[in-house]
Order: sequence, then structure tokens, then C-alpha cells
Amino acid sequence: MKSISKIREDFPILKAQVNDKTLVYLDNAATTQKPKTVIEAINNYYQNQNSNVHRGVHSLSQLATQKYESTREIVKNFIVAKSTDEIIFTRGTTESINLIAQSYGRSFLNAGDEIIISQMEHHSNIVPWQILCGQISVKLKVIDVTDSGELNLKSLEKLLSDKTKIVSLMHVSNTLGTINPIKEIIKIIKNFNKDIIVSIDGAQAVQHLKVNVLDLGCDFYSFSGHKIYGPTGVGVLYGKRELLNKMPPWQGGGDMIASVSFDKTTYNILPYKFEAGTPNIAGVIGLGEAIKYVQNLGLDFIYEQEKKLLDYAFRKLSQIKEVKIIGQAKEKSAVISFILKDIHAHDVGTILDQSGVAIRAGHHCTQPLMERFNVPATVRASFAFYNTEEEVDNLIDGIKKTLEIFK
Amino acid sequence: MNSELKSLYQEVIIDHSKRPRNFKKIDNFNKEAEGFNPLCGDRLNLYLKTDGNKIIDASFQGQGCAISTASASMLTEIIKGKSVDEALKLFEMFHALVTTGGAPKDETQLGKLAVFAGVHEFPARVKCASLSWHTLKMALLNKTDVAKTE
Repeated sequence: MKSISKIREDFPILKAQVNDKTLVYLDNAATTQKPKTVIEAINNYYQNQNSNVHRGVHSLSQLATQKYESTREIVKNFIVAKSTDEIIFTRGTTESINLIAQSYGRSFLNAGDEIIISQMEHHSNIVPWQILCGQISVKLKVIDVTDSGELNLKSLEKLLSDKTKIVSLMHVSNTLGTINPIKEIIKIIKNFNKDIIVSIDGAQAVQHLKVNVLDLGCDFYSFSGHKIYGPTGVGVLYGKRELLNKMPPWQGGGDMIASVSFDKTTYNILPYKFEAGTPNIAGVIGLGEAIKYVQNLGLDFIYEQEKKLLDYAFRKLSQIKEVKIIGQAKEKSAVISFILKDIHAHDVGTILDQSGVAIRAGHHCTQPLMERFNVPATVRASFAFYNTEEEVDNLIDGIKKTLEIFK
Repeated sequence: MNSELKSLYQEVIIDHSKRPRNFKKIDNFNKEAEGFNPLCGDRLNLYLKTDGNKIIDASFQGQGCAISTASASMLTEIIKGKSVDEALKLFEMFHALVTTGGAPKDETQLGKLAVFAGVHEFPARVKCASLSWHTLKMALLNKTDVAKTE
């Protein structure tokens, strides 16, 4: 197994200097850093292979198409989908969820129907549904979050009714790190009514845990490239083929058509039906490389390494009496949110930044969750396998410095 | 602690953030405005009592980081007794101070507010320092929408 110091060499940015200190990057839930293989694949595409996909008869176009489509195969195997037809490339998780809401939701839901989400959702799994509610008068119902930061499954059971048409939940919380028991939840929902559509936001999951969409039994699963060591501006929507087939396109343009005339336009087959316009070709190629990188390291190794960091950071932070950790779920990914006495998260963030320590301070695009815990903002440290215990110590030193300034 | 941090978190600023002055809703205010920074969630309400062109009393309530709380606290102290025109001029000077670090020729005009000069080294924090001042401008100009620094 590769040592962490060897692994760190794969990520050029980890040597960067920030405020005259070597970067300590603990903001991996916001975006992850990119290994050389990803950066080189994107470079190589633009330097040697740049061409449009699915159109040209010339060699470069065929090469670009083959590279682009090979990522679809990689993604299919990575999340264990049945077919590449079920893998749609989007701009990211946000666009994937909007696609579900606008294509499936708008076509198959009726006024009075209900959609269930939860109090811990990212704004990107709240607002697309609110927009849909405004368009077709469906209702949004919200599962409670317990004091420890877990979904209240009793609340879910109470909310399920014959009006429920869609349940859309996050797999792992970006703010609290809670790993939701998604498989068990899907079982509860499908046992209640197998026709309820289940959409899972996997933006914070696929980089930490093995995901098998068939085993989970979800209808849709979304994730983003940049949170799994790939580029920004690219993401994935997995959908069951029979659902995607009956859904209408949600954007019109090139690539998504079979033929166009002013009398009748017909649409392309899956997955192209949902990929209007020239896609983010370099991004998709980069995503393929990123997934290969993760597969080479192995998600078991990644999970173990991040668990060690989480336990170490949790122990160290718990020793500081002014720290209050928000979210203490039994199953957690390597994310810790906390507040430091009455010191505002932005002040903590600025002081840590001066030590080269990058964390996130704010509401993490989960304002309803912040309200649930009655805090305006938290400091969030989120770890990746390339982080070290020394970096956790840097975080702890920065927190002590902050306490000193505000004493 | 490095010198940039020292100049940002001066004792006066820490003191005002921990014990904000005029942190209440004054009776009989005749002007008010709300300030909100959507990016970080800082929020404040500013209350003014004016008599003709003169600001007689000022107070605020809300929540925010040390820089935005201290800025609002010191604002309510310094504008008391000033005319509306003087307060608007102070807004301009304060804005220049936190964005460029440069003080006006006559430094005495800024008084205690000069402690905010260090903010300009932290572009991400300029909005924290200026939120209360944008809110003041809204209140003085009788604007009804929410002041935003973005």
C-alpha cells in the first residue's frame, strides 16, 4: 500500500504556500484537490485531442468521443449500474437534482402530491423542489433531524402517505458528516409503496464509501466530479432506465435530438436525450481519471484512513473545552462541524487562514439545518485521505491561537 | 500572531465585539434599516432618532462576527450628534479606509474608527466591516429594502 507521503506527492497543490505557510487543506467537503493524473488528462485532451464529440468523421472527434464515452463505462462500473444508458453527464449534483425535478417531477406529479426531503439537506436538494412546488402546486414535507444529527426515521414513517410521490435525501451530510442509513430508509419507503421514487444526493458519499445503486435500490443517484478529486462543472445523474425512458428531455439543443424539422422533432436515445449541447468533454475525461485514481487507492483504504483522521480530530477537538461539536451521529464521514465558545465562525476562519489552514466557516448551504441547531454558522473541518495527523494538530494550534486572541 | 492579524483584531475591536455598545432597540426611533450579508448570514437592525438634520441617538441589534459587531457598535457611538451630511461623509471615509487602508488627510475625522484600517489586508472581511455603514446609509436615505454588501 502506498504511504500517505507518497500519496501526497500525487497532489501538486499540497505543496502550495498560503500566507507563507504550507497549505493545510481541510475543506475537502467543499471541493477536493486534484491528482496529477486528472490534471494531465485534462491538459492532454486540450493539447492533443481537442475535438467535439458524437459528430465528426475525423479521427480526433472519434478519439474524443471514445474517451468521453469510456468515462460513462467507468462510472457505470463504479456505482454498479446496469447499463451506460443510465449514466447521464450533468454539470454537477445540483443540475442532476434539477433535472429530476423538472423532467420527472413536472411530468408525473400532480397538484396535491407530496415530496419528502429532510432538515439536513443541502440547498440544492431543497430549492429545486420548492421551484417545482411553485410550478405545479405539489407539497414539500420535511423529515426531522435528531439532536445527534441523524435522520428521525419515525418522522419519515409518519410523513409517508398515499400522496407521497418522491423522497429525495442526501446519502452523507456535508455539514455534519452523518452517514444516513440509506439502504434501510429506501427499504422503509419501498415497503410502504414501491412506486414512490427515491432520489439520493451522493455528493458527499461516493468519495468516501462504496456505492452500489442496485443494492441500495434507489431510482436516482447524483454526484459531482469535483468532490471526488475530479474537475468542477461535471457531475452524474444515475437513473433507472425505465424511468429515464419515459421522462421528457429537460433542455433542448444539439446532441439530444434524433432529427429536427419545423413539423416534428424527435429525440435521441438514452443517455444523449438528457445531454443537450456540447458537453464538458475535458471535465468528463478528467472525471474518468479521478474515479480511476480512487479505485486504484481503493475505497476500503480511503475509508480506513479517513476514519483514523476523524477519530484523531474528534479526540483532539473534544479536549478543548470551548469547542462544541455539532453532529455526533454514530456513523460519520470525515467531517466535523463545531462552534468555538461565542466566537463567530468567520473570525475563526480568518485566524486559521493566517496559519495556512483552510476550513469552511458559514452555513454550508444548509440554512434550515443551522436553524435546527440554533447556530448562525459553524466552523467545518473536512478531511481527505491525503490529510495527516500533523495537519489536524495545525488546526488545533490555530484554534488555541483564536482563543488567545479572544480571551 | 502575525502583524496582519494583530492589526485586524485590535483590542478595541475585540472589546466592542464582546461588549457591543448601544446594543438595543431605542425608544422613539424615527429611522431604521436592516442589513444582511447573504454570504455569511450576518444580520443587523439599525435604529436612529433624528431631529431635523441631526442624529440624536443610534442603536443596533443583530448577530455577526467580531468585525461586523464591533463596526456596528462603534458606528452607533460615533454618529451620535453628527448631522446627516457628516454621517454620510463618514460612510465614504470609512469605506475608503477598509478597502484601501488609506486614511483621509484629516485623520481626526475618523477618530476611533481608524482601528479598522487593518481590514483592507483581508478582502474577504471588508463586507463584515462595512455592513453596518451600508445599513446606516439606507436608514438615512429612507430606503426600505435590505442593505447588502454584495
